[in-house]
Amino acid sequence: MITYAAGSYQVVVIGAGHAGCEAALASARMGCSTLLVTLSMENIALMPCNPSIGGPAKAQLVREIDALGGELGVNIDKANIQVRTINTGKGPAVQALRAQADKYEYHKEMLRTLLDQPNLDILMAEVTRIETKAGRVTGIVTKTGAHFDCQAIIVTSGTYLKGRIIIGDIIFDGGPGNQFPATMLSQSLQDLGLSLGRFKTGTPPRISKKSVDFTKMVEQPGDERPLRFSYISPVFIRPQLSCWLTHSTPQTHQIVMDNLDRAPMFTGVIQGLGPRYCPSFEDKVVRFAHKDSHQLFVEPEGRATDEMYVQGLNTSLPEDVQIQVLRSIPGLEKVRMIRTGYAIEYDYVLPSQLKSTLETRGIAGLFTAGQINGTSGYEEAAAQGIIAGINAARQVLDQEPLVLKRSQAYIGVLIDDLTTKEMDEPYRLLTSRAEYRLLLRQDNADLRLTEIGRQIGLVSEERWRIFQEKTQLLEKETQRMREYAVTPSDKVIGPLLVAKGSSPLKDRISLWELLRRPELEIEDYLKVGLLDEYDLDILEQLEIQAKYEGYINKQHEQVKRFEKMESKLIPAAINYENIPGLSNEAKHKLNQFQPSSVGQASRIAGVSPADVNILLIYLEKERRK
Amino acid sequence: MQGAIAAISTPPGEGGIAIVRLSGNKVIETVDGMFKPHRQGVQLKARPSHTLTLGWIIDPEGQVLDEALVSIMREPHSYTGEDVVEINCHGGTLPARQVLERVIQAGIRLAEPGEFTRRAFLNGRLDVSQAEAVIDVIRAKTDKAMQIAVRRLQGSTHRQVQQLEDELIQINALVEASLDFPDEVGDPDYVELRERLQQIVDQLDHMLEAARRADIYREGITIAIAGKPNVGKSSLLNALLRKDKAIVTDIPGTTRDVIEDWLNVKGIPVRILDTAGIRVTEDMVERIGVERSQEVIQQADLIIFLLDVTTGITAEDQFIYDSIAPNKLIVLVNKEDLDDKKVTEEDLDQMLGSVPIIRGSVKEEIGLKELEDLIEELILAGGLESDDLEMVVNLRQQQSLHQARQHVQEVLSYMETTTLDCLGVDLRGALESLGEVTGKNLKEEVLDRIFHDFCIGK
Ligand SMILES: Nc1nc2c(ncn2[C@@H]2O[C@H](COP(=O)(O)OP(=O)(O)OP(=O)(O)O)[C@@H](O)[C@H]2O)c(=O)[nH]1
Ligand SMILES: [Mg+2]
Repeated sequence: MITYAAGSYQVVVIGAGHAGCEAALASARMGCSTLLVTLSMENIALMPCNPSIGGPAKAQLVREIDALGGELGVNIDKANIQVRTINTGKGPAVQALRAQADKYEYHKEMLRTLLDQPNLDILMAEVTRIETKAGRVTGIVTKTGAHFDCQAIIVTSGTYLKGRIIIGDIIFDGGPGNQFPATMLSQSLQDLGLSLGRFKTGTPPRISKKSVDFTKMVEQPGDERPLRFSYISPVFIRPQLSCWLTHSTPQTHQIVMDNLDRAPMFTGVIQGLGPRYCPSFEDKVVRFAHKDSHQLFVEPEGRATDEMYVQGLNTSLPEDVQIQVLRSIPGLEKVRMIRTGYAIEYDYVLPSQLKSTLETRGIAGLFTAGQINGTSGYEEAAAQGIIAGINAARQVLDQEPLVLKRSQAYIGVLIDDLTTKEMDEPYRLLTSRAEYRLLLRQDNADLRLTEIGRQIGLVSEERWRIFQEKTQLLEKETQRMREYAVTPSDKVIGPLLVAKGSSPLKDRISLWELLRRPELEIEDYLKVGLLDEYDLDILEQLEIQAKYEGYINKQHEQVKRFEKMESKLIPAAINYENIPGLSNEAKHKLNQFQPSSVGQASRIAGVSPADVNILLIYLEKERRK
Repeated sequence: MQGAIAAISTPPGEGGIAIVRLSGNKVIETVDGMFKPHRQGVQLKARPSHTLTLGWIIDPEGQVLDEALVSIMREPHSYTGEDVVEINCHGGTLPARQVLERVIQAGIRLAEPGEFTRRAFLNGRLDVSQAEAVIDVIRAKTDKAMQIAVRRLQGSTHRQVQQLEDELIQINALVEASLDFPDEVGDPDYVELRERLQQIVDQLDHMLEAARRADIYREGITIAIAGKPNVGKSSLLNALLRKDKAIVTDIPGTTRDVIEDWLNVKGIPVRILDTAGIRVTEDMVERIGVERSQEVIQQADLIIFLLDVTTGITAEDQFIYDSIAPNKLIVLVNKEDLDDKKVTEEDLDQMLGSVPIIRGSVKEEIGLKELEDLIEELILAGGLESDDLEMVVNLRQQQSLHQARQHVQEVLSYMETTTLDCLGVDLRGALESLGEVTGKNLKEEVLDRIFHDFCIGK
């Protein structure tokens, strides 16, 4: 094919999903000339599956991205139709915001931000080839022959790589939401020596709101409190749209059972591995045969659309069966299906080939981020996107890469897991994957990461000002509460304790320590005038830090031990075959994952404590040479 | 300097001296806290490097565990390059084990196999040419330790550990699922949770207790026979051994030094010690014997204290009694075959209170069977369970079981007053500790469990 020189950029991002948008914005904001290539302008920041952001672990991710100066939080704050806090009674570590997105607004707002971003160009094209020279990327070629020079490439092509859509016995090549798949790129990546795997995921049918009988469902309203993801979004309550709860019936399950011979999940048509946390409805019916009902949420997909999402019903059953299934559900007796549910199989890059910077180990300047790395979820994608964007830009700018630790951020947990774990299903972040969950809360993401974002150059003046005001207030107030001691005879505290059913004081105690009593809340101090009126953010932060100090300190101790091994770095490219004493399995796994620190090595399955010690001895020996 | 570690550094099973070695941060200070030097006022931390100090290792209540020669070596001039303390236990392996347990109680971690050598290398105390040798040591020691540990984990012990693992994985799954999938999985049932956790604590207690008993079976205990001269101590030793080991005469002060032998009480190896009768004496040799007796009495696990029915309770008896801890005491009122009875029930009651008492005659072999039964009962404190003999876990495993128990107990204590995410910290801690017993990483299994037990998915 004849190509033409179409231009030159420092960084090229391939794919404009949630990872691509963050990557492109980060790179451009850090001052690199950036090209964002998308298969279609309508696909930008598309939500082809559940139009929802947040939830446990994911809300923390959104806040972390936001603290670093990313866009996800800001964008969902502009484009939500419902926001709630979930897990409220279970503690600050797992409390999480969750928003329903208006998927059209979400796309529009992100598109606007991209278009307004200096240093950033958008191009609609299919990238067919990545060009390299001496193990380093040099440029890309599009299907229509445009050649762009560049110094770094971030591939964020989601589930488009060799995408294959399956609905019953109907199978065709396609990306999510009936878009074109990216077929050539997959081949190009393989030509570069990358190993690919194949995963599967699915989505439920969409239905017409007009045809739903909501009287048979339970309403799930949003919180009537001003909730926001981003620390810099304005505080106000957007009109909330409700979601609706219904459930499947024995009749629904019967329909599924009667049609299993036409279900690709069971006939062997689908071979890619699907996520266990997101099984198809037919899977649930078969595996949990003793349950005669599964809950289903009917969720609006936007303010200006009639489409609704049926959460819990993702399926690749034939279209006619899907309609029967829907109509057996209370409230959906007369439903009209707008989009058919489907399963999608796609190629992903085995993330064991990545460094913790998200650069591929084999090809310098080539980064991958998002679902292409075998993850699922918009938030996981965006988190990798911003890190890949940052590291591509820093490489181009000749700066040290950014790697967040497991003890610092869920982003660190996510990327560390990707680069040390064998994957047998699409990876989803969970709070239970984080060892130091009590430290990685959604309420303190700004305290954890804003300074890092500032150093990198992604935190705006405004965000920096808000952050500094907050930390100064917190510091001042924490100190005051620690020093302010009340005595058993205190005229204010005494009656408060009585009113709260809390036992009277025996000794002097500081306001800070007193707050550890489970029956006391920080609002109580506010009410009796022991505290000034502060923003909710500040009050929440003070309360959490005081109440959970014991457990938080426990975790800080654990982190200290953990970081010892993390700080023992392994120089690049060791051939573990040459280290005597390592077990064969350890040699194999270490060669496969090429960990960057001894700590990382210790997390690889098959590497025993003895292997870790032998590695330590070996590193020391090399160091002394 | 790194965190402190400790281990017995002499090969097990050899008699004579056993060494407990400690290395790392603050080890000298830690040992100071459990060391009573012969020369009062001496502090290890004030002693120069490479010095020896004689004294006793004592438990938190001030009871002597063993007499020991303690050497200290300060960084960097020690084997590991860190502060090192070596406790040379005179009493051999069993007291050394007690000393090690005491050290661990004080917060020092049990060393991993080969860890002293590894630290020596990493701290530059061994040169590069020795690296390969160090690696060999680590590999060999670890593999062997693992083999032994796994071999020990058999039969009912293995089943019990597995059951516990399974239960803890399930509970963790229950809690984690409720935290990560609130839409699909509701709050855990706290009443049920409490019950199940309590069962785990009970089970762990049971295992730890059984492990302790099994240790007794493996390592045996020490029993000392004490009493004033001529009360019949040597006669009792001979009777229990069923041979004439010690010289018996009617001259008070016959036995001048400690005489020991091994005895088998219902399968338990018992080291039995006959001592010189304790009294105030001018005789140099006898006095040294008396001092040795007093030491032995301090160290023994159990003491049989003899009274002579014909002499009544004397000031000497009272003196001896006062030096024995009442919780490790059996009293035998001897020579009941004679008519001249001067020890009344009231006398005994007044001096002894609730200590177990047997009246009998060594000469006529009256009460000896009763004595043996009592010994067994006291050693095993609670009787022998059929699976005790299998409950053979090593000290490291015991430590892990103990930690697991503490974590679960912590959850139980704070269940009502703290949030589920915090409880998760200790629930995971328990799981990790238990995983150390079998060398498994149980975190992944929790996830598998969640997806297996709960219908998750949007
Ligand atoms: N009648 C009678 N005499 C006993 C009994 N037990 C020991 N004797 C006698 O008491 C005397 C002292 O016995 P030993 O066993 O030598 O006493 P001991 O406590 O070892 O004495 P020292 O070694 O001198 O401290 C011997 O003559 C024994 O035969 C008993 O039950 N009845
Ligand atoms: Mg004698």
